[in-house]
Amino acid sequence: MDQTLQTLSGVSFTTGDAILEFSYLLSAIFFVVGLKLLSHPRTARKGNFYAAAAMVLAMITTLFLHRNPAGETIGWMSMLIIIITIVMGSVVGLIISKRVKMTAMPELVSFFNATGGAASALVGLLEFGNPENESLLVTLLGLIIGSIAFSGSLIAYGKLAGKIGNINAQLMKWVNILVLAALVGATVYVLLQPMPQEYAWLVYLLFAASVIYGIMFVLPIGGADMPVVISLLNSLTGIAAAMAGFIYNNLAMILGGIFVGAAGSILTVLMTKAMNRSLLNVIIGGFGAKAGAAAGEEGGSIKEMSMSDAAVLLSYSKSVVVVPGYGLAVAQAQHTIHELEKVLQEKGVQVRYGIHPVAGRMPGHMNVLLAEADVSYEKLVEMDEINKDMPNTDVVIVVGANDVVNPAANETPGSPIYGMPVINATQAKNVIVMKRGMGKGYAGIENPLFYKDNTRMLFGNAKDTLAKLTNEINSL
Amino acid sequence: MNDLFIFFYSYREAIFIIALSVFLGIEVISNVPSVLHTPLMSGANAISGVIIIGGIILVGNTDVTRFSLELVLGILAVFFGTLNVVGGFAVTDRMLEMFKKKK
Repeated sequence: MDQTLQTLSGVSFTTGDAILEFSYLLSAIFFVVGLKLLSHPRTARKGNFYAAAAMVLAMITTLFLHRNPAGETIGWMSMLIIIITIVMGSVVGLIISKRVKMTAMPELVSFFNATGGAASALVGLLEFGNPENESLLVTLLGLIIGSIAFSGSLIAYGKLAGKIGNINAQLMKWVNILVLAALVGATVYVLLQPMPQEYAWLVYLLFAASVIYGIMFVLPIGGADMPVVISLLNSLTGIAAAMAGFIYNNLAMILGGIFVGAAGSILTVLMTKAMNRSLLNVIIGGFGAKAGAAAGEEGGSIKEMSMSDAAVLLSYSKSVVVVPGYGLAVAQAQHTIHELEKVLQEKGVQVRYGIHPVAGRMPGHMNVLLAEADVSYEKLVEMDEINKDMPNTDVVIVVGANDVVNPAANETPGSPIYGMPVINATQAKNVIVMKRGMGKGYAGIENPLFYKDNTRMLFGNAKDTLAKLTNEINSL
Repeated sequence: MNDLFIFFYSYREAIFIIALSVFLGIEVISNVPSVLHTPLMSGANAISGVIIIGGIILVGNTDVTRFSLELVLGILAVFFGTLNVVGGFAVTDRMLEMFKKKK
């Protein structure tokens, strides 16, 4: 394996080197194929498997065939340490991923993203001191981006898990810009030195500053924007990995990292579009501050509805659309809504779900939750499709959703969410809104839908309300 | 300026790969139904754990016969990278498994 095969432009390589590089090529191809398959419902699981297999392949070949600059393969002692570490990491990773509830999925993605960022940051930190490392610019970039992804993802995790509240001080915007400027300044300063490696202390400082920036960057961003932030941090982790790939001239890392970085960025843009927000706005400005002022006084009054009236109305409808939102996830009511759906179905009512792209806590999160409750995939209808059928819909049940059905997005030009695509619940003949109280949504603005003549409210915990309603319909 | 030219020339292959990967990433994601956004994000997140390769190389190049900060941090990098990879793929699979259960 380790005899020299040939010497190419002054660099000799062995059979092992050739096999290693070929395995990287295979891995890279399967990353791309895997992600492509992941983007179709039918092939998604296979795609995930392919990508995982590609990763395992690259890990094994690296372990056995990688040669350090002196030409030696990894010694058995190191190999043992690495394998033990990987086994421990795998066990911990598997336990965490099996135990976490489906509603907590977004936090979990954010947490795993933090670990990836941390790994990139550590690789950057250690490789900077390596005198044989000639790509210091990318090393520093990898370090900075990885650290930001690490601390930012941890904060996003804390926010989604409800452990960290919103801190929105006007001052923070300026602190953010200052820290960012300091980061850029310090990076340039280090690189301009004739012997940058001697500035190890400054690099540790850079690491600390990047971690702080990650924290400060995510702290002021409201819960509603968390999906965008996670997606953005996700693509940052990819880019950080690619930067580390530069250090080792490792093509699998470069391709995998940049590919995920690009895919993540596009996903981020798709999400900001669905929410009618610009990325810059998410990053720099808080949402809530201005929103209160723009909310107008709404005419009309809130009308509550009795459980039996709701049961009768639903039983004698032809077509019912459920619009689930964050509140459904919080109340863990996905199974209860499925019960209601089945009961209505037995009575000959057509029940479908209108899924807003950013319903739940992450795009597509609502679909995952409903799939967990055995709701069939065909019943989940995307926003544009369901909006076409709205005028023919007898009843829309809004469960724990607010901003995604707010007609102000279509009607009130001054509203902060004006222009955001929403599900046009107002066009349906009747609307039943299930809410815990009269609290405002994430955007912190009034929802005129609640005051419309054809809207009735059912206050209470979504899960209890749905269970009572199902019983009521059963007893009719 | 010369530094930039040197940088580009030394890494031209990698830079080609980067340029093309960007297009590839955009192409692959552009037509995804929103149902799959969460699993896709999770799967992409797992792939970004490719940094684990860097961790393996890092520890592989480190002298393990004596205890050092570098070694500890390197092992941490491998551990975190593994968490990202294994946890990421496992959780994606768990999400996708539920889509299959159709009655």
